[in-house]
Amino acid sequence: MNSQAIIPAGEAAETVTRSVEVDSHTINFGPQHPAAHGVLRLVLEMKGEVVERADPHVGLLHRGTEKLIEYKTYIQALPYFDRLDYVAPMSMEHSFAIATERLLGIEVPERGQYIRVLFAELSRLLNHLLNITTYAMDCGAITPALWGFEQRETLLEFYENVSGSHYHANYFRPGGVAKDLPAGLEQKIADWAAKFPAFMDDLERLLSENRIFKQRTVDIGVMSAEQAIEWGFSGPCLRASGCAWDLRKAQPYDVYDRMEFDVPVGTRGDCYDRYLVRMLEMKESLKIVKQCLAQMKPGPVKIQDNKITPPKRGEMKRSMEALIHHFKLYTEGYHVPEGATYTVTEAPKGEFGVYLVADGTNRPYRCKIRSPGYAHLQAMEVLSKGHMLADAVAIIGSLDVVFGEIDR
Amino acid sequence: MAENEIATAEPAAPENPLRVLGTAIAAAAGGAVTEVQLARGGAELVLRAQRDSLIPLMLLLRDDPRFAFEQCMELCGVDWPERAERFEVVYNLLSLSHNHRVRVIVTTDGVASVPSVVGIWPSATWFERETWDMYGVVFEGQPDLRRILTDYGFEGHPLRKDFPLTGFVELRYDEELKRVAYGPVKLTQEFRSFDYLSPWEAMTTLPGDEKVHLNRLEGPKE
Repeated sequence: MNSQAIIPAGEAAETVTRSVEVDSHTINFGPQHPAAHGVLRLVLEMKGEVVERADPHVGLLHRGTEKLIEYKTYIQALPYFDRLDYVAPMSMEHSFAIATERLLGIEVPERGQYIRVLFAELSRLLNHLLNITTYAMDCGAITPALWGFEQRETLLEFYENVSGSHYHANYFRPGGVAKDLPAGLEQKIADWAAKFPAFMDDLERLLSENRIFKQRTVDIGVMSAEQAIEWGFSGPCLRASGCAWDLRKAQPYDVYDRMEFDVPVGTRGDCYDRYLVRMLEMKESLKIVKQCLAQMKPGPVKIQDNKITPPKRGEMKRSMEALIHHFKLYTEGYHVPEGATYTVTEAPKGEFGVYLVADGTNRPYRCKIRSPGYAHLQAMEVLSKGHMLADAVAIIGSLDVVFGEIDR
Repeated sequence: MAENEIATAEPAAPENPLRVLGTAIAAAAGGAVTEVQLARGGAELVLRAQRDSLIPLMLLLRDDPRFAFEQCMELCGVDWPERAERFEVVYNLLSLSHNHRVRVIVTTDGVASVPSVVGIWPSATWFERETWDMYGVVFEGQPDLRRILTDYGFEGHPLRKDFPLTGFVELRYDEELKRVAYGPVKLTQEFRSFDYLSPWEAMTTLPGDEKVHLNRLEGPKE
């Protein structure tokens, strides 16, 4: 065969100068978009397919929680916290319960603390299961979501067993928890905990070394440790950037100081590291769940002061005092002494803080909710600048945003 | 906790480390800190600061290796309508390297602006926007002072204590305009803010005893 060059040599050597017009345009992402994880409206200024500027518009789910809480007694204010981060409701309750306890100056009995830690960790698993699997769905994988939601359902049944509700649990209360665990639940959780690692292995096999998933996440949305710190990052997002900071270790609350667990830390701070940190955290959470189950002893689950926690139903049938306590508690509530506290817990998404100002009455004077996702989302522009539009979706997924807590 | 136990055992109680930290900050800030308080029985450090010298104070808190507050975790407003300077702006700072927190509070009357700390911690951007949105506190030097949580075109500052819980407007579907439109708020039932503070004393008239009360008001008839 005689070789015929398709392009004549002379023509190829010529330099052709063409000016390509890449128009910059603004596109509107959301608020109704499955990858927006709720109601995020993202105004993106694009240069071709590259993000130049990202301006998240939040507040579409703003329900005025903080204002409403100012008009409620402390007992009535607690259920609002379930509705913040509805992916891990009890973790939100935890901060408010501890803040109120600190202002009241009360100490929760040991079993109450263990139950709270147990359920805070189950909530962390709930959260990470949802985040990892829907994040994978954003990146094109559908199987993890189907498998993960099955596990979530099992965990939500534990929620239902203790509180009667899948999501709006209202279970952690100032002074302890609402009720003791029902008979047999500890065994059920232990059985589940024995089976869960197998699921974790399956999930890892689906994602951790998955070529497509890695192509979508490795080196996308890189956040250095310095950047993460100055943007107020916390939780898995901060740890993925290489900062070993965990409030459960640094400023322990309840019985976290008795728990043995490791804090997984990332190295590069990209989307993939944020995924890996969450994966490893789930294993640590499982350790804590097992330790709680092993260490828990029978005992009271809430403080025995009926001025703060309600008396038993049976007691109310016989004791006039219990009846009066019950009535006073659910009408007037309790008065919290004047003072202010900024109380934080390590929620699954990061530092969830409650700045609670009490003025001595039965209602909070001010209750500012510091949600981790709010701080994370505002770094969206830094994270997505110079990336493709499709990467913006991966970044939103890796930040783990839930609009219940961001918009409040 | 452990230090408290030592404190009770020893005759000369060592000073609360937060108190020591607060005094050190006040000394280094040179007049910017007006008051050092310990909230919640010595567990939280609160600094009240001058509004005008906020930026040097914050720079000191971040950059001095003794304090090293690298993170501004939270910034919010509190409304005290009865005070001369009714708004408090509260900064909750966190030091990752020393594992301590501090709360810095400045006040403003709603007209005077508060210097923005965006140049120190970029994370303050949205927190300041929110404080502006909710309380109407102006942050000087904030490049992006838009509303954030309320609707586009919202009027008023909803977390002020004189803003009613129900607001002034509500959204309804307008049949004529064929779209969702704002209208004045219509309550099917009057807004009730129950005063549960003293349910026993609030009942001035006992049921069936109204006449006594009337007589008392009008005085006995001749």
